[in-house]
Amino acid sequence: MTSKGNPCLSGRGVTKIFGFGRHKTVAVDHVDFDFHEGEIVSIVGESGSGKTTLAKMLLGLISLTEGEIYFQGKKRDLSSGKKKQEYWRNIQAIFQDPFSSYNIFHKIDAVLLDCIRMRGGGKLPREKKVELMTEACSFVNLKFAELTNKYPFELSGGQMQRLMIARIFLLKPKILVADEPTSMIDACSRATILDYLMKLRNEIGMTLIFITHDIGLAYYVSDTIYIMERGRFVESGSADDVILHPKHPYTRRLISDVPKIYEEWDLSTV
Amino acid sequence: MGRVMLEVRDLTTKYVTRYKEDVYAVDHVSLKIEEGKTLGIAGESGCGKSTLALSLMGYYFPPLHYISGEIIIDGQNITGMKPDEVRRSILGREIAYIPQAAMNALNPTRKVIDFIGDVIRAHDPTWTKQMIYDHARALFERLGLPPEVLHKYPVELSGGMKQRTVIAVAVTLTPKVLIADEPSSALDVTSQKMVIKMLRDMMESGFIKAMIFITHELPLLYNVADDIMVMYAGQIVERGTAKQTVFDPLHPYSKGLMGSILVPESGLRSAKLTAIPGAPPNLKNPPPGCRFADRCKYVKAECRVMSVPLYEVGQGRAYRCILSEEELRRAYAHDE
Repeated sequence: MTSKGNPCLSGRGVTKIFGFGRHKTVAVDHVDFDFHEGEIVSIVGESGSGKTTLAKMLLGLISLTEGEIYFQGKKRDLSSGKKKQEYWRNIQAIFQDPFSSYNIFHKIDAVLLDCIRMRGGGKLPREKKVELMTEACSFVNLKFAELTNKYPFELSGGQMQRLMIARIFLLKPKILVADEPTSMIDACSRATILDYLMKLRNEIGMTLIFITHDIGLAYYVSDTIYIMERGRFVESGSADDVILHPKHPYTRRLISDVPKIYEEWDLSTV
Repeated sequence: MGRVMLEVRDLTTKYVTRYKEDVYAVDHVSLKIEEGKTLGIAGESGCGKSTLALSLMGYYFPPLHYISGEIIIDGQNITGMKPDEVRRSILGREIAYIPQAAMNALNPTRKVIDFIGDVIRAHDPTWTKQMIYDHARALFERLGLPPEVLHKYPVELSGGMKQRTVIAVAVTLTPKVLIADEPSSALDVTSQKMVIKMLRDMMESGFIKAMIFITHELPLLYNVADDIMVMYAGQIVERGTAKQTVFDPLHPYSKGLMGSILVPESGLRSAKLTAIPGAPPNLKNPPPGCRFADRCKYVKAECRVMSVPLYEVGQGRAYRCILSEEELRRAYAHDE
């Protein structure tokens, strides 16, 4: 693991509670974290452990019940639409289901043009925009000439997810939250998507936050892994420490639940 | 050699598109499953895995059409049976199918017991409510599921429980062969393990006699299947035992699939994940030669013109490539 940069996103006592009184659900329960610049972090947990809720809070899509999130050392301020937009220039996301990430009424050009406008390139001449879009598409091995004037549903899942990465390439955010980016696409395209994400990280030096239940993926890509159970981080540390020498029983169980090929997969412990 | 539960000989089926184009999604596929065995089918999206599963049941409805081949389930040849007859006497009783994402298709306004009742009444409308309930309860106890679930709505169940319920509904009439199409790909690892354990228990206790397991997750397949068949563009490209296919793949495509495995075991971080470049060919007009030629690292000029047969290596092992076993192994060793 390389030496850590400055903390770029930190949280102290971050909590989210849904509902009131008897129907109260504590989705995220007083978690603390420090994500550093250029670091690849994975938050691993099973369904219902609160990892997506945490991701939404990081993105500023839902409010915090308690606690604070610090962005680049300063308290995050999302009190006005303008500030939110400013924040979103720095933090972007790729979601699980590529099929529902796009507005089905907008052509692919519109998706990419939006990104250019967001970076302040709205007044550029058309040729310059096309050039930018072509560059972004070729980064993920798509051909813009084939995509232009098409609708998102004409693409395959893997292509849509790659187009998402092309968007991120145009936006060049400081932080990217990838919420299960590969769980809906098959194993062969998965490697491609991960490769592009890593390439993109090296290119623009952003912080990558993976939210996943695939512990194999987390181990493969990340520097740091946080294991989440019922809204709390039960274990965290460098990928090698957490996966090869797990301390918490929950981490051990998660690892033992993954089908292996070089070791016996014990089915009796369900 | 055990009793053959399912045999398919040279099955070819096609889809006819809106524009009357033929798409051969299953192209001369033969397979055989013995009693107590699980056959795994691997391959990426769009290579015909699910279409093969549909074709195996002999129940065709447009746009899927039968072309040629034979299907024999436990000695009974169902080729050429009328769709209605297949539905009444074969589906659910001889062979059952769990489609992909079946758990998301449960009617939210009905209880689990109603789904089981539907399956039973479709085959024998004379069953009373009490008979169905007794049967369902016995079935759930047998499969190790809590009987309370019978009176719940789908929304009240977790993803893993929903998937196990779907499997229970599929095996209501104790079919001999079960086809499970990606039964666990939408679940997290813990629920996935429970689903797999349930399937494996069913096999071990002889509740179902043979299983076809379809997935693109090779580590999972390796743990579930006795034999693995790798499909590419509607054809079988490799067949062998699970161990052979995973640890000693012959076809370059199987080798490529192996390169995309992510398991949390030491050594993974230093290993480079290799993706197979490109996409599968369009099956409307497949290339005349090897269908994998465009994406193959070891492609030769003849690959693109000569159609490649499935070479039988012996002991059920087969692969579809013009290179010899030795040449392939040497090429792989050279790359590593």
